[in-house]
Amino acid sequence: MKLFTIFGNIVRNTIRGPVTRNYPAQVRDPFPGERGRLTIESDKCIYCGICAKKCPSNAIEVVRQPEKSWRFERFRCILCGSCVESCPKKCLHLVSRLEKE
Amino acid sequence: MSMLIPFGPQHPVLPEPLQLRLEINDEKVISAMPVIGYVHRGLEKLAEQKDFQQDTYLIERVCGICSFIHSLTYCMGIEEMMNIPVPPRANYLRVVWSELHRMHSHLLALGLLADAFGFENLFMQLWQTREHVMDAMEATTGGRVMLGSCCIGGVRKDIDPGQAKFVLEQVAKVEKELKELVPVLLDDYGVKQRLVGVGVLDPQAAYSRGAVGPTLRGSGVRRDHRMTGYCAYGELGFEPVVRKECDCYARTDVRVGELYQSIDLVRRALAKLPDSELKTPFKGNPSGEVAVRAEQPRGEVLYYLRGNGTDKLDRLRVRTPTFANIAPLLGMLVGCNLADVAVIILSIDPCISCTER
Amino acid sequence: MMEIQEELTLENQLEKIASLMPRGYRFVTMTVVDDGQGFDIFYHFDLKYKLETLRLKLPYGASLPSISKACFAALIAENEIQDLFGITVTGLDIDYRMHMLLAEDAPVAPFCRVPGVGVSALKAETKSEGGAL
Repeated sequence: MKLFTIFGNIVRNTIRGPVTRNYPAQVRDPFPGERGRLTIESDKCIYCGICAKKCPSNAIEVVRQPEKSWRFERFRCILCGSCVESCPKKCLHLVSRLEKE
Repeated sequence: MSMLIPFGPQHPVLPEPLQLRLEINDEKVISAMPVIGYVHRGLEKLAEQKDFQQDTYLIERVCGICSFIHSLTYCMGIEEMMNIPVPPRANYLRVVWSELHRMHSHLLALGLLADAFGFENLFMQLWQTREHVMDAMEATTGGRVMLGSCCIGGVRKDIDPGQAKFVLEQVAKVEKELKELVPVLLDDYGVKQRLVGVGVLDPQAAYSRGAVGPTLRGSGVRRDHRMTGYCAYGELGFEPVVRKECDCYARTDVRVGELYQSIDLVRRALAKLPDSELKTPFKGNPSGEVAVRAEQPRGEVLYYLRGNGTDKLDRLRVRTPTFANIAPLLGMLVGCNLADVAVIILSIDPCISCTER
Repeated sequence: MMEIQEELTLENQLEKIASLMPRGYRFVTMTVVDDGQGFDIFYHFDLKYKLETLRLKLPYGASLPSISKACFAALIAENEIQDLFGITVTGLDIDYRMHMLLAEDAPVAPFCRVPGVGVSALKAETKSEGGAL
């Protein structure tokens, strides 16, 4: 009959201290390739509208007449990356959320 | 003189809302009736209004715990309907991510089971171990839970040798921590008093009531859909983990055994990764009907797809394992104590958002 | 592709399915497809990793006898099709009367494609209200 099998784990945790980081004083480096948010290089965009067609949640809106505009609703984005893959000019990027604007 | 007690839908140990109306007589349960429908989202109808390629992202979001295997089964169904061959490297990568998902799901389930009988320390320690698996998934695909890496015809991202080394390091950390935590779950006297002999489901009832997954394998029935060898499981070789005791302890033992098996499968799959392209290009729209099955952490999932030649599917039907495990659960609850109800519900590992889509 | 093992009719459905259970078949699920002319009801069974499907064609308005006496696992699936498609299933042990998944004020039979029933009726309603405003 084994009792107190967790005791070794408890002693080790008491000596070693907490596992959690002191956020926001200490921030972990993001992994490369983390999908945080969508950015666009607006001078390369040709307003073709392919990204708006491929988006599963209709987060991108492209208007071509009378004046060209590209609107993005951030709270609808599910960070899937379909727009990034389908852009012909490769002007859309998914960057880490900690990167500066 | 019997009383009617509602268990749920808000309960501290339940991960998702599920109500069971228990009729009890002096602490023993006489009958149980489930009431579900708190998280019904109508995803099957929404899938008919989106493109069949956008549906991959929608189907991933049916469940948050087994999400990659949902998108994997959907892609397997469309590939069978349109006769698209999958390159070998994509099959091995799909196995790696499926097994990582299985590890994180079993660690989550074991943690919640420990919480159900009040052992919060073990719950926190198991979820801390789960963080190593989440780091491995984030480093390779960019997302912790919604991987978004399975697509029709293959996978979208590759695992390069640096990332593979990181995944193996994380898996080694999980194995080291499990060596310390598994004896607490399986050998400790107090834990065994709560698990042994509770929620008995004999093999005949389990099979005829339609149980799947660890619920069925914990009752001695040797059935695991990975034996059919879809993806790369046929080349890697596979033996299901089966136990004979038919109670909650057996189901926990099956999950622990599958954790070790997944660690082994990830190592072997990463060692044997073949070289080929990542996805096969295809043209056209799906038509016809197909039914595919795969093995999720909780059991066998079935997808029925029907296409009519346009780019929107005619019908998409998902039957998730918890949907099939509710009927055996009602049989297990009869005759148990009120204090054991939470342990029995969490031993089948309910995922109600999968059940109701 | 999925192959249909047998076509059922409303008369022989119960006895054919009751004869499968003692032979070791496991009930997997029931699927309903609305193809515009009626409902296609598929019963999926499993024997040694092979999926066998039986089909029953049900016209609109007919009611379906329940197989839950032979097969307890079918109970939840039959209640679900009652909710989502509006098919009346007779002989259920536990009958949620079309409210297992849907709330009291949800649209009735949302997946059914008969014109005027289901989600399409709700959409037409909101469009006309928006026009009036």
